[in-house]
Amino acid sequence: MTAERLFEGADWDFQKLQRIHDACAEIARTELGLDIYPNQIEVITAEQMLDAYSSAGMPLFYKHWSFGKHFAHHEAFYRKGLMGLAYEIVINSSPCISYLMEENTATMQTLVIAHAAFGHNHFFKNNYLFKQWTDAEGILDYLDFAKNYVVQCEERHGRLAVEQTLDAAHALMSHGIDRYPGKKTLDLRAEEKRAGERRSHEDSTFNDLWRTVPAGPVKSAASLSTERRHNLLGLPQENLLYFLEKTAPRLQPWQRELLRIVRHIAQYFYPQSQTKVMNEGTATYVHYRIMTRLHEQGRISDGNFLEFLQSHTNVVFQPDFDDPRFSGFNPYALGFAMMQDIERIVTDPEDEDREWFPDIAGTGDVMAVLRDIWANYRDESFISQFLSPRLMRHLRMFHLHDDPAERAGIRVDAIHDERGYRRVRRELARQYDVGYIDPNIEVVDVDLEGDRRLMVRHAAVKGAVLNEADAKRVLQHLADLWSYDVSLVEVDAAGVVLKDHAASPRGIAAAA
Amino acid sequence: MHIIDRRLNPGSKSLENRQRFLRRAKALVQGAVKKSSQDRDIKDVLEGGEVSIPLDGMNEPRFRREGGTRDMVLPGNKKFVEGDMLPRSGEGRRKASGAGEGDSEDAFRFVLSRDEFVDLFLDDLELPDLAKRKLAEAESEGLQRAGYSTSGSPANISVSRTVRLALARRVALRRPRPETIAELEAELADCDEARRPELLAEIERLKAKLRRIPFIDPIDIRYRRFETVPKPVAQAVMFCLMDVSGSMSEHMKDLAKRFYMLLYVFLTRRYRHVEIVFIRHTDRAEEVDEDTFFHGPASGGTLVSSALEAMHEIVRSRFRPADWNIYAAQASDGDNSTSDSDAVSRLLTEKILPVSQFFAYLEVGETGGSTFDMPDSSLWTLYQRLRAEGAGLSMRKVSERSEIFPVFHDLFHRRRKQEKAAV
Repeated sequence: MTAERLFEGADWDFQKLQRIHDACAEIARTELGLDIYPNQIEVITAEQMLDAYSSAGMPLFYKHWSFGKHFAHHEAFYRKGLMGLAYEIVINSSPCISYLMEENTATMQTLVIAHAAFGHNHFFKNNYLFKQWTDAEGILDYLDFAKNYVVQCEERHGRLAVEQTLDAAHALMSHGIDRYPGKKTLDLRAEEKRAGERRSHEDSTFNDLWRTVPAGPVKSAASLSTERRHNLLGLPQENLLYFLEKTAPRLQPWQRELLRIVRHIAQYFYPQSQTKVMNEGTATYVHYRIMTRLHEQGRISDGNFLEFLQSHTNVVFQPDFDDPRFSGFNPYALGFAMMQDIERIVTDPEDEDREWFPDIAGTGDVMAVLRDIWANYRDESFISQFLSPRLMRHLRMFHLHDDPAERAGIRVDAIHDERGYRRVRRELARQYDVGYIDPNIEVVDVDLEGDRRLMVRHAAVKGAVLNEADAKRVLQHLADLWSYDVSLVEVDAAGVVLKDHAASPRGIAAAA
Repeated sequence: MHIIDRRLNPGSKSLENRQRFLRRAKALVQGAVKKSSQDRDIKDVLEGGEVSIPLDGMNEPRFRREGGTRDMVLPGNKKFVEGDMLPRSGEGRRKASGAGEGDSEDAFRFVLSRDEFVDLFLDDLELPDLAKRKLAEAESEGLQRAGYSTSGSPANISVSRTVRLALARRVALRRPRPETIAELEAELADCDEARRPELLAEIERLKAKLRRIPFIDPIDIRYRRFETVPKPVAQAVMFCLMDVSGSMSEHMKDLAKRFYMLLYVFLTRRYRHVEIVFIRHTDRAEEVDEDTFFHGPASGGTLVSSALEAMHEIVRSRFRPADWNIYAAQASDGDNSTSDSDAVSRLLTEKILPVSQFFAYLEVGETGGSTFDMPDSSLWTLYQRLRAEGAGLSMRKVSERSEIFPVFHDLFHRRRKQEKAAV
């Protein structure tokens, strides 16, 4: 079957974009069975792309100096030619916004639309982590609210105080995440409404007389039992920002709201960090399928298809570990390879595959299997279940164990052979497990009767302690928010204290 | 599906963030700007460009783990089998590259625009504020919009404001709308006898009300109001006086040029319009263009009074002191014939200094000679005497390129309040 070409040459215009989108949508719907948010495609310039880079890809964000720093950094790199810009940015929102760079050729725009507007879009809408932790409908409105709220706080309480609070919150951002479901799902619209109502309530009931009412003798609670105290404060608590927002004794209401905003945004990005391989793998697989089909239908010329293949192979290139270009596994390469491997297992399995993947080998319906995987796995579980021996052999994976105490050197623990498949796979999956990537830090106790010291513990894994200088700085921020002393102990699995740190508040951010 | 063209959206969305970043890193960036300007030509100083600042204080700390035993899975195994021990030297290479990245993190490099650069460069400098400047500021007045008033000239009627007030009044007083009357009249045309008188009365009532409440009442009328405000004199003229007699070497001229350029840049930041007048002199003075000023050959004796006389003439004919801020910078090697001293001091104290905001004398010396070793020249001695008598002169000696900026900085350094009061 040959159909009319979507475009000729490299030029594109908005009608062509529309035709490209419709052609992709047809394939995505009938052949791949994708379920997507409505698409919104926006064409932007290189400068706007740099802007987007510095605010985590989001179209609007509150103002903070650190974004300016990132912008300056990226700009310097870009101008020197050290860094190319992404072809697109896609935002997990409904409608799903994809930014396309204006200087892309028509082929690249097709690739990018297939990749972002269908691949990523489907993943955002269907993956369980995104369903659980993000609110695609509400995110843009919430960011708008956050931006305005920060501006209002700056007007009311001064730019410096807001900046200090945000600095501190940013330092703790990666510890402002609920890692386990069970809490009610996020409804960002309600969040926004709640904050607005609270503020107007405060405004309408403000009465300066309350300030003059003498405080009675403080009700001193009879010394709480440890267990009761822990219950009361929800300890131990690994979401440090949540804990501070709810219990820090001297924070102003607006400071708590700022912590809440930073926490919500961190939570919004949480699934993305856990699904890099899957997300990119899905998008790359989808664009590969769509582009190939468009070419088969004759809607893309041979020349343009070669152009596509060239950038596609660049994207999925995986350098070896001893290559100077190596910087870890390329999520595009690994993800795409695994998706293709699953396609092979489903359609054309070997005996080995039947043994390793009895559930999917030879079932025949590639898209049903893939859609199920895309919906129900994250990187760690995906790799630990679906990385096949054949792919391990193909990528020639091996596992190194580096023990500083071992004088002789680094041991090769497992390689891509019969004895090593499972161990290599387990270790690789572990590399993508957030539980291992992020240091495990939690609030364990508060000395309510004494000096109100906040006690935080880092459960060290495999003897790795926190970077001293950074830990000190973060702890300082933590102390500023808590407004009393904070101590951090690093404990290994056996309960041996490896190191401890302490910080006292500087008493600016929390000034009443 | 929507396709939106965002390319025309206003750019520099990050500008505000960038400014916050610069403000926060101000001290660091300023240090870097000063440092990078030292090894630049003055012409390039103002071109902006890349600076690098230490990242300390600008970092965004996170809890990071380090050390301990590490496990990693890598692709591209070529010859390893399980149980091999790899010497750590191979690992050293990777470590080294890691450290390199760390360094580039420590020194944070980015590009400043020209304006940002100059702002930071001149940030802690200010014009010497003199009594005369305030006087000059009051000389001219400008008009400025200042809200609305109920009286004024018909030319200043604000139609939109008037109509708005009239509308508000008509609504408030419930002036019947012509459409309502028209409707009633239409109804009147085809209605039964019983209703007719009632309708007629209603129409009559509405018409009367319509007449009572005018469409536009004199109390609605508003006029645009203007206020006169004193307008600061927004123009300056800068006189460059230079001795070009044979004793001035190329090096000395270069020093003078650098100083003039800094002064020019500084003035252009403060005044909307800056003119430059170049006066060179030997034993007679002439006004020349820039190129001749710095490069034109000339020789002869030295009579400083000729240059001052020329400047005085130009001021009198072209730059009314009431309208212009007058700055003068004189560069010389200090030679002057002793017989000229009286004329110089008379011209300066009586004619030049009273109309000038600022008069700087820069004595340039040969490179290598320390400024402290330079014997006081005849001109230096003379000016010092004038200063002792209370003349508003600034004078410095310079013999090295690198001293130009410090001297300039010193002359215009922002004084503290009490110092100012003391001066």
